[in-house]
Amino acid sequence: MRGMAILMLYNLIGIAGNKLLHVPLPGNVIGMMLLAASLLAGWVKLAWLEQSAQYLLKHMMLFFAPTIVGVISYFGDIGAQWLPIVVNLFVSTALVMIVTGWVTGKLAAGSVEEEGDHG
Amino acid sequence: MDELRAFAGEPMFGAALTVGAYALALRLHRRWRRLHPLFVATGLMIAFLLLTHIPYEQYRQGGDIITFFLGPTTVALAVLLYKAVLTMRRHLRAVAVGVVCGSAAGLASSALVVWLLGGSRELLLTMLPKSSTSAIAIEIAGGLGGNPQLAGVFTVLTGLIGSMFGPAMLKLLRLRSDTAIGAAVGTAAHGIGTGRLVRESETQAGISGLAMSLTGVVVSMLTVPLNGWM
Repeated sequence: MRGMAILMLYNLIGIAGNKLLHVPLPGNVIGMMLLAASLLAGWVKLAWLEQSAQYLLKHMMLFFAPTIVGVISYFGDIGAQWLPIVVNLFVSTALVMIVTGWVTGKLAAGSVEEEGDHG
Repeated sequence: MDELRAFAGEPMFGAALTVGAYALALRLHRRWRRLHPLFVATGLMIAFLLLTHIPYEQYRQGGDIITFFLGPTTVALAVLLYKAVLTMRRHLRAVAVGVVCGSAAGLASSALVVWLLGGSRELLLTMLPKSSTSAIAIEIAGGLGGNPQLAGVFTVLTGLIGSMFGPAMLKLLRLRSDTAIGAAVGTAAHGIGTGRLVRESETQAGISGLAMSLTGVVVSMLTVPLNGWM
């Protein structure tokens, strides 16, 4: 339970950062960044929360399901302009992946070669 | 039947339906690997609610309980992020540059597609932030003059589509490094894409979690100038 308590505490800190300090990111993203920083700084040990984290992460997709079912309430809005919506969802999403994957792949391969060159 | 519909407002109804549909979808996924568990689970539930005429608001009483766990689960991505930073430190700059280029391409192509195909100005603004996570997209679309709730819907659909077809498409394009796959899926398909990678490769998922959080920041910053002239 210690791991779950830590995850919920960081989530709460993140929500406070969003609601009270008006950081323009969702509370759970702020919590994730703060927890990653705490792990890197050694304030939180990986062993304390790894089991809880792995269990939740394994089923991360489940937690999105109700939101996707919510699409049911917007069938009318989507149907009214279905062509630009459907084309955009597929084309633009594919393009984001191609550009990101290609740029990251090229730069990452370059940085490996550089390290090789310098021994 | 009316009594049954009222009963569907019990929180346990929506919660049990969601977990049950997901468990069934995972079973089907083990048998037929091509069936994406989240697509199957949500498809089954949508069909069920439409057939029984149970309103979404009733289902939601339990659905919200499941969604609640998205908070600590997103925080838990820090574990993968931490491991990715330790092992892939030299690739972090490549991921960051990739995220900025990909997000910019996403914003530009999204606006262009909606404009070319005759979508309304409101639709254009609502679809702009679809690659960031839904909480961020709702904020951005609202600020720009789009429809916040619909922006959230487009975000989860983007995530689902990216999560279903992304890895196969990247394979076709011969992008095979963990860094490139993680960055591409995290940037385009946020948590839903990351949720799929978690089940396949911890390294890819870590990079994906990093890319997804950077995308939230980058998309927010890139859309700020639009506030002035839209």
